[in-house]
Amino acid sequence: MKYENILLDESGRREFLLGNEAIVRGAIEAGVDFASTYPGTPSSEIGNVLFYIAKKAGMYFEFSTNEKVALEVSAAAAASGLRSMVFFKHVGLNVAADAFMSTAYVGTNGGFVIISADDPSMHSSQNEQDNRYYALISGMPMVEPSDAQEMKDFLKEAFEISERHKLPVLFRTTTRVNHVRGIVEYGEIKRKNREGYFKKNPSKYVILPSSARRMHRELLEKLKKVEEEVNSSPLNRIEGESSEIGVITSGVAYNYIHDAVKELGLKVKILKLGFTHPFPRKLVKDFIEGVKKVIIVEELEPYLEKETRLVAQINGIDVDIYGKLNGYFPRVYEYNPDVVKEALEKILDIKIERNAYFSAPIELPSRPPVLCPGCPHRATYYAAMMALKQLKIKDAIITTDIGCYTLGIQKPYEMADYLLCMGSSIGTAVGFSKATKQKVIGFVGDSTFFHASIPGLIDAYHNRANVVYVVLDNRTTAMTGHQPHPGLPVNGMGEKSPYVDIEKLVRGIGIDFVKTVDPYNVKETIKVFKEAIQHEGIAVIISQRECALLWDARRRKQGEWWIYQINQDKCTQCSLCSDWLACAAIFKRTDKDGKVRIYINDALCDGCGVCASICPFNAIEKKVIK
Amino acid sequence: MKVGIVYAGVGGQGVLTASSIVGKAALLSGLNVVMSEVHGMAQRGGIVVTEMKIGREVKSPLLGSGEADIVVGFEPVEVYRILHKAHPGSYVVVNTEPIIPTTVSIQGERYPEVKEILEKMKDLKVISLEATELARQAGGAIATNMVMLGALAKIPAFPIKKETLIEALKSTINPRYHEINLKAFELGYNASSL
Repeated sequence: MKYENILLDESGRREFLLGNEAIVRGAIEAGVDFASTYPGTPSSEIGNVLFYIAKKAGMYFEFSTNEKVALEVSAAAAASGLRSMVFFKHVGLNVAADAFMSTAYVGTNGGFVIISADDPSMHSSQNEQDNRYYALISGMPMVEPSDAQEMKDFLKEAFEISERHKLPVLFRTTTRVNHVRGIVEYGEIKRKNREGYFKKNPSKYVILPSSARRMHRELLEKLKKVEEEVNSSPLNRIEGESSEIGVITSGVAYNYIHDAVKELGLKVKILKLGFTHPFPRKLVKDFIEGVKKVIIVEELEPYLEKETRLVAQINGIDVDIYGKLNGYFPRVYEYNPDVVKEALEKILDIKIERNAYFSAPIELPSRPPVLCPGCPHRATYYAAMMALKQLKIKDAIITTDIGCYTLGIQKPYEMADYLLCMGSSIGTAVGFSKATKQKVIGFVGDSTFFHASIPGLIDAYHNRANVVYVVLDNRTTAMTGHQPHPGLPVNGMGEKSPYVDIEKLVRGIGIDFVKTVDPYNVKETIKVFKEAIQHEGIAVIISQRECALLWDARRRKQGEWWIYQINQDKCTQCSLCSDWLACAAIFKRTDKDGKVRIYINDALCDGCGVCASICPFNAIEKKVIK
Repeated sequence: MKVGIVYAGVGGQGVLTASSIVGKAALLSGLNVVMSEVHGMAQRGGIVVTEMKIGREVKSPLLGSGEADIVVGFEPVEVYRILHKAHPGSYVVVNTEPIIPTTVSIQGERYPEVKEILEKMKDLKVISLEATELARQAGGAIATNMVMLGALAKIPAFPIKKETLIEALKSTINPRYHEINLKAFELGYNASSL
């Protein structure tokens, strides 16, 4: 799909859209003026699309330095009367939590929607916290879509709710809504001609304790008003008929129970909730009064379940409720059709026939995610590993951070001993350097450096920590799909913009040992690592080389392509390339003659040439592909 | 009508592109389709699986065990790993060229003989082809995914016409590479034993 198609003013048009693309379409239809983000999977593609179309759509969009900044930027735009949205992954809301809590008190003027993309099963995250609880802790209304079409439609509704009640709305999505493609039917585009204007009113917008005391009461009053409409909201609907079994569900879980019910021909009625905070108590009361069994189908925490049990208790309703709290559904990981069917078998005492093919067990090799062929991080880790080996240091503590480079944990590099969250590489490095006598090396990506490492680096300098800190500067936010960051000369609107020079910034703190290296120059990189490791105090290495995927894409576009191949006449199978550089394109195979040889997979090799540069026998040769 | 399809391979083989083309072709054919994909760290060299349901009333973006009527395996080990999604009547397209993971050389894990894998699947409707080699013939290993799509198009249970699939392919791929990709598609279509 061409991203420009998202802007087409063709009501009724149907497109095959990713959930995140559908959100952008929803924003266009809702006439959103202003958006900000820090990229985080599974929310990242929202920003990628906006990067291409924001200018054409006549809206402002920025990749902010981190989620807290992103939320603040959008909150101010909303206070100025603009329809604004901010989006990030679930843990991004932790970063933004301080600002987030206050926005509920301060309220909003223009519609303000905060999108949280949760990641059950932790496909690309450090935890699977259920951010629906953020709606409760802050007192914000919450909307939960189930599929791509609802991503678009419900987002528009969320803006209406926000403007009706002058409250920000939490729009909670999960991986299998963000990253599911489905057919989305376009609606009309709401024309906008707004210019922000901030009407000063300090008692409304400045949260001094004296005002905050009033604001908390006002927030609860607003929520009472929201509660009046949540029971009759079109986002909450009942499907099917039954006086026996009722299902209450929200989010992606609805899809699994929907298909199971259809497939098995079960007679149940489903209360599909899309507007889940404040909890629609009256609606749920009426629903559970009409059935004998209630099944709650929701991923992660038992939020709907606890609220439903509360409704039953308060109203003295005698009904059997089946959920997580009595062990019918798991509280960890995402659901799938099998999880839902297994629970139905137990609850309804039925046997559901599975027609799965039984594949006789074969021992299969594992295939964990690995650094891509050509990845500059591999070359940096190889150099760090060799430097430590040459200096005979075995117990160096390696703190790492959030990015592709966390994969340095793998053999043979083993460059990851401790990780908490974005930016933790430096704070924890300071702690280890103070608590132990071991050598400490921290690794951080360029985008993560800007996001949350700078206060830690100031801490390291000020408190005289003995740390080697390595900025893996691959000139992009790679893991989330190559978004720009403040170190690059382009911004979220795709415009040329001033950038921050990492080396100058580090020197500006007062740190003297700062060296920039090209990791593809392995020899030089090893040398600089050895110097830094032997330096007393804080030493910063900036290992700078563009992400291989960007380099590859550019060369493919220009039709320039080359790879490396092993000359078997020269190769001695010393295994330095396969076992120590351990490139994902290099493999060993037992040939028909029974001899083990090392090869480079021509479909995976990207021609970086690092293997050729370290080969002691010059056995790796460049091959230009026409 | 309801058809479940699962696509499995290794990052870099174009699994996402191929499955998106099928989704687009379903839309062009007036069919309802839902597809789940994976995104995240390390785009190349890891496992990539996408799951797809085509049918009037379907909503679930994931397939349960036994719900895949067609398995499109871009790599022999990865197709075997996902076979519990298939049922005894499923069609399985297999690219027989392995991509050997680094765990084999670094951790001493064993990559099984491809023969052994195919032998264990013989009671399924298996269409095996040297897709990567065919792609090389078409102009480059990067077109392996199009060879796989060509073979998929020939399966009777696949609900989309070949022409529609080609139309979706053309609207997705950079015109500069149409020739190679279309050639790869045809090679895959003709190599299918069906």
